[in-house]
Amino acid sequence: MHLATSVDPQLADLSNKLIYSAMAVYVIAMFAHIFEWTFGSKGAVAVRSVEQAGLAAAVEAAKAPAKGARKVTVTVASADGGTTTLTRTALADAGATVVTSGRDTAVDVDGPGAAGTSEKGDFAGRIAVSLAALGALLHFGAVLTRGLSVVRWPWGNMYEFSCAFALAMVVAYLGLLAAKKPVRWLGLPVMVAVVLTLGLAVTVLYTESEQLVPALHSYWLAIHVSTAIFCGGAFYAAFIATVLYLGKDTFDRRIAAGKTTGPLGTSASIWHRLPAAATFDKLSYRINAIVFPLWTFTIVAGAIWAEAAWGKYWEWDPKETWSFITWVFYACYLHARATAGWKGRKAAYLALLAFSCWLFNYYGVNIFVTGKHSYAGV
Amino acid sequence: MSPLTDEIEAERLSSAPTEQDGPSGIGVLGWLRWTWRQLTSMRVALILLFLLSLAAIPGSLIPQNSQNAFKVQTWKTAHPDITPVYEKLQLFDVYSSAWFSAIYILLFVSLAGCIIPRTWQFVGVLRARPPAAPKNLTRMPVYAAWHTSAGHKAVNAAAHRQLKSRGFRAHLSGGSVAAEKGYLREVGNLAFHLSLFALLAGFAWASLASGEGGKLVIEKQGYSNTATQLDDFTGSAFYTLDDLDAFGFKLDGFTARYANSGPQAGSARQFTAHIRYWTGSDDSKLTKGDIEVNHPLEIGGSKVFLIGHGYAPVVTIKNAQGEKVYSGPTAFLPQDANLTSTGVLKVNDYGEKDGKKTQLGFNGYFLPTAPESFEKTGPVSLFPDAADPMLVLTAYAGDLGTDSGLPQNVYQLDTKHLTQLTQDGNPARARLKPGQAWTLPDGYGTLTFEGYQQWASFTVSHRPGNSIALIGAVAAILGLVGSLFVQRRRVWVRASVTADGRTLVEVAGLARSESAKIAEELAEIAVDLQDDAPAIDDDPAVDDDDPPAEPAAPAAPAVPDSKE
Repeated sequence: MHLATSVDPQLADLSNKLIYSAMAVYVIAMFAHIFEWTFGSKGAVAVRSVEQAGLAAAVEAAKAPAKGARKVTVTVASADGGTTTLTRTALADAGATVVTSGRDTAVDVDGPGAAGTSEKGDFAGRIAVSLAALGALLHFGAVLTRGLSVVRWPWGNMYEFSCAFALAMVVAYLGLLAAKKPVRWLGLPVMVAVVLTLGLAVTVLYTESEQLVPALHSYWLAIHVSTAIFCGGAFYAAFIATVLYLGKDTFDRRIAAGKTTGPLGTSASIWHRLPAAATFDKLSYRINAIVFPLWTFTIVAGAIWAEAAWGKYWEWDPKETWSFITWVFYACYLHARATAGWKGRKAAYLALLAFSCWLFNYYGVNIFVTGKHSYAGV
Repeated sequence: MSPLTDEIEAERLSSAPTEQDGPSGIGVLGWLRWTWRQLTSMRVALILLFLLSLAAIPGSLIPQNSQNAFKVQTWKTAHPDITPVYEKLQLFDVYSSAWFSAIYILLFVSLAGCIIPRTWQFVGVLRARPPAAPKNLTRMPVYAAWHTSAGHKAVNAAAHRQLKSRGFRAHLSGGSVAAEKGYLREVGNLAFHLSLFALLAGFAWASLASGEGGKLVIEKQGYSNTATQLDDFTGSAFYTLDDLDAFGFKLDGFTARYANSGPQAGSARQFTAHIRYWTGSDDSKLTKGDIEVNHPLEIGGSKVFLIGHGYAPVVTIKNAQGEKVYSGPTAFLPQDANLTSTGVLKVNDYGEKDGKKTQLGFNGYFLPTAPESFEKTGPVSLFPDAADPMLVLTAYAGDLGTDSGLPQNVYQLDTKHLTQLTQDGNPARARLKPGQAWTLPDGYGTLTFEGYQQWASFTVSHRPGNSIALIGAVAAILGLVGSLFVQRRRVWVRASVTADGRTLVEVAGLARSESAKIAEELAEIAVDLQDDAPAIDDDPAVDDDDPPAEPAAPAAPAVPDSKE
């Protein structure tokens, strides 16, 4: 009798403890974000963001350039009929680009963020981000020890995939923050999504740490599955941006129609503090456009693996079919974005449909449909 | 060219067709033209794309013949009422059905009708110069201007030089520079859509010229890829049993490993078939090779995949006279994850018994790890590895029906003309461990369970067109990257002499609305241009509190690409 490679039970156990710890920290981060939003609603909502105020100072500085500096002001027309200007000054070698918020319409101005002008709210938000970073560290430790316990990539079943996917989402969010992008408003929805995903993973999808069946012994596991994980996290982020775009757009319309609350009776203060509808729209488009080629690659990599494992690169297995459906819906969305008459809300609905296909492909196909991708372990 | 068409030409950043509504012209030709224009329009292409994904859904929820014909049969028996309706609608063959084919064929026709003219148009664009500067540059979405004391010709020449060094295609004529960059966007866009045709061609070739067969090989035995040796075969129009690639192999051994403990005990960890193969007709030059799940072996134009494995008990049967009438391994088929296997032994040449021609048949189980007793579980294996193998058999005598000439299933016993042997009034049954012998009742002789060998089943697959599909897929991804991440933009610079004798430098840019970088890029160009055309300090045009001399009526955003 041959002995199979064993599992290190201590590392596997440590991984489980780390996942629970990470979940606890994420839950506290989620509450900190809720405090941020609550405190933020008390202060007056300033339409100009802190960053824009900072820019205004820079503009003042740029107006009095040192002698010999070169300076150009570019007028930019925007689609809604307004204009902005962009001033660039360059000293002998050092160049500085300064954007002024010289728009004559206030429609596109981003809100100040969840904390509004409340210092308490800002403090709560900072605590939330720190906690999210701590949670991500614990979470990373959990995924790492899970992998080390069986000496392989830690995404061999649905439980491991969910953990890795949630980690990808948090890391993407923290990465955007680290790159000084004003995306702290993403904090609450990301924390909610991560806690939900991990909650489902530890309750419904949990499987003991184990070696893989031979069908999964392939380096394509590292390539195909990790890109799928990344795409999942990014599609999730784009989904959040799309939903907020629809909400903010509805809010703008309601305000234009003389109403005082947001959609579903939500407080106007929440919507005032969020970025502009156009910002959400652009963000969701950019994420989806960046991820779409990668999603295509994921499907192609899967097809190459299928050819090696099963002899045919495409057999309309349910997982393949739903990946294809997801791909086609995202393709529809990208086309719609570029087509007059489909822009805006119609395109956003397509993006939501595409994401729901992605979700069904993950949860629905793994749990309810039997096919060749039956490695979920549930 | 009138200024208006001039501007429209300048603002068209894509070779996409502009959409028109309603039939033009008269009669059948007009309607045909209208239909063609509709079919190749973005709206219809979008609808077809949408329909394609909707049409793919039923195939993922209803069992499909192409994947699992057995499941289809089970489903049909379970739902006899709606089966005829489903069959009419081809719901068991969604991906080869008429309606699914209709959607993707229409989609590809629509795509061809759009992409081919666009490709020619783009070739024309590449051969022509960048569109000349519109008369009124302030109408462009991004605009900057300043006055300088440098001569206008020198400024234009400097702008031409700078734009060229920035990788723009630039052209200086009529007192202005026209430049364009980011052609890779359109190249990527066209490459992506054209590569979809390559993918389709790969698919089509594969379905017309591929074939695959199955073969079960017992350890130490060989296989040569011929029609007579294959267990089953599915061919296609251009790959039949006569076209089989010439090669063969011997299965030297098979390694299987399983998890021994933990909740997944018994699940497979490794399967490897160790073979030596030859190509062509010369079977003396042997090459060693391993075949594993995920690691097929390519031999002489075919790929050999490892599909399954099992056990073949080795049995020797002697008749009453002590003559060997059956000897060797017989493949038993696994029934569950622990490889409880069932099979039959057919002794065709038993000879005569009591002066009558007789044949013997046995059926039963091979258990790689047998339980202590069958009382609770029946004859089932406890573990897939052969830790404690046991052969459980019952015996029949009579006519096997193998001489009737009708094809027979080698894994089933036709008991129509057979009588079960009995012992003490009960059906005769034996449980044998390796090395044990069974004295058959009624003096039929002996059966010895010598041991076991493993077998492996292979799929031998010949599929051309994979490389075309792969090239298509890679080109599609590269094309997507180009068409989504490269920004196509135009920049114009015009230096002209004003009434007061100074030189007015105007720069303007145009990009698609998704690109926010054009303003920054234009500012950079302008700042660099000030090396050659320094701004006059008290110039009102530089001060951002003052709008440019002409009111900057913002231009309508660039003509949207209608098909990308």
